[in-house]
Amino acid sequence: MAEVLPKTDDEDTEGFWKAAKQGRLVVQKCTSCGEARFPPHPYCGKCRKTGHEWIDCSGYGRVWTYAFVYKPMLPAFEAYTPFPIVYVELEDHPPLRLAGNLVATPDADINSVDQDRVKIGLRVKVVFRDRAEDVALPYWMPVE
Amino acid sequence: MEPSIIKDRVAIVGIGETRVGKALQASEQELTCQAIAAALADAGIDPKEVDGLSSFSIETTDEEAVSRNLGLGDLTYFVRSPHGGGGGCATVGYAAMGLVTGQARVTVAWRARKRSKPEQRPWMGTAPRVKDRLMWTNPFGIIRPVDELALFFRRYMHEWGATREHLCNIAMACRAHANRKPESIMYGRTLDRDTYFSGRWICDPLSLYDCCLETDLAQAVVMVSADRAKDCPNKPVYLHSFGQGITIDSGMLGSLFGVNPMHTQGYIAAEMLYRYSDFKASNIDVAQLYDSFTPWVLQQLESYGFCKPGEAGSFSENGTLELGGRLPINTGGGSLSDGYSHGYNHIIEGVKQMRGTSTAQVADAQSCLITSSDGAPTSAIILRN
Repeated sequence: MAEVLPKTDDEDTEGFWKAAKQGRLVVQKCTSCGEARFPPHPYCGKCRKTGHEWIDCSGYGRVWTYAFVYKPMLPAFEAYTPFPIVYVELEDHPPLRLAGNLVATPDADINSVDQDRVKIGLRVKVVFRDRAEDVALPYWMPVE
Repeated sequence: MEPSIIKDRVAIVGIGETRVGKALQASEQELTCQAIAAALADAGIDPKEVDGLSSFSIETTDEEAVSRNLGLGDLTYFVRSPHGGGGGCATVGYAAMGLVTGQARVTVAWRARKRSKPEQRPWMGTAPRVKDRLMWTNPFGIIRPVDELALFFRRYMHEWGATREHLCNIAMACRAHANRKPESIMYGRTLDRDTYFSGRWICDPLSLYDCCLETDLAQAVVMVSADRAKDCPNKPVYLHSFGQGITIDSGMLGSLFGVNPMHTQGYIAAEMLYRYSDFKASNIDVAQLYDSFTPWVLQQLESYGFCKPGEAGSFSENGTLELGGRLPINTGGGSLSDGYSHGYNHIIEGVKQMRGTSTAQVADAQSCLITSSDGAPTSAIILRN
């Protein structure tokens, strides 16, 4: 199955993927003004300075929006259609959001959560899955 | 306030278009040349007089090829506008800037696009390893433009109480206008509410009828100074105003990582567009609104000030957007029902409205708003006659 994976050796974003490989969800925090940011970029748009640390997030968030993907799709995803796609707003760093998939259990497929369960505001927790030697992707598991 | 240097100083004097079709035999390069040759013939201008070209950064036929094929004059001005469909109206704006500054005397702007075959969809070529913006979405199956739009519209519904009934109003208005235009792909095929709601899901909450067509076609316009335009055979259509927009939270389609994704790039383009304009939303007679997907049209009714944020759904009711309503939109059928040229058919149709030759002519129309996208970095123009 031809997968779609991120390129993990870009200077501005490799910190995220290294942490992901260790099972940690991180975002950038500006060392000058303390503003958190995601997706990663080298300058802080608030204070216009470089310099950041990668800070650990709680891994909890809420579904901010969702949709259900139907065919036609890339072969890597087509067998799972229809499956939900979501943007999750991080509980401890709003309004930062990540895009992703929902899974019923840490190892379940991306179509494992019933459509009826998917709502804006659904609370979710991150789980990481190894997808390549250099890649672990974050997935989101509903929590009651 | 200082007046705008481009306001009413440049006119579109020629339009040209190929057939809109599926699996056309001609190459994209040949289609490009057909459209430009037709536009120059319409303008009554010899190709040797063309010294300026304006197109999209994603255009595959380059300036040298156009020049060689059509025997143009020496080119002194050539520009490209970025961001896919968002750059459509910018090709006209940039052409105008070349003309008012004296860098060119006759400028052609165009778009050609052969995308009617499934394997020609750009997302089909998604790389196994993605970088930049795509690395945060593609690995999760957020691949196609419709996926981003579906995510945007789900949130839009949540924020404003809009429904798919409102999207249906958009689809039906475009189809009603295409049904009046024999060249449209959807001429002769009507769309009613039941058919709209029976459309198969592409990305729930968006279905088949929320998505634009994929077609083969090319379209071009010829622009000269307002002085020169008086000598051309067609009624001049003046470029009254031009705006572009990028927000700080811009993403390519939805700005869903941003603080407020409902504050779209159209708001920025609109502010620029109306800054020097004699026309405001309240007295614009007809609009060609970018309709790659129905939700963008709702959003633009708000971004360009036809109603307040969140009110586009109710604004779209009772035939407002159809011929005879307050604001007829996409009077040639638009991307949803005429054909998809990254919105260039909107520019052609806007010129026809100002000439008085549209198949869905708005009586006495004196101004036409044309937009290119909204979620993507965007551009827009107002034409007048």
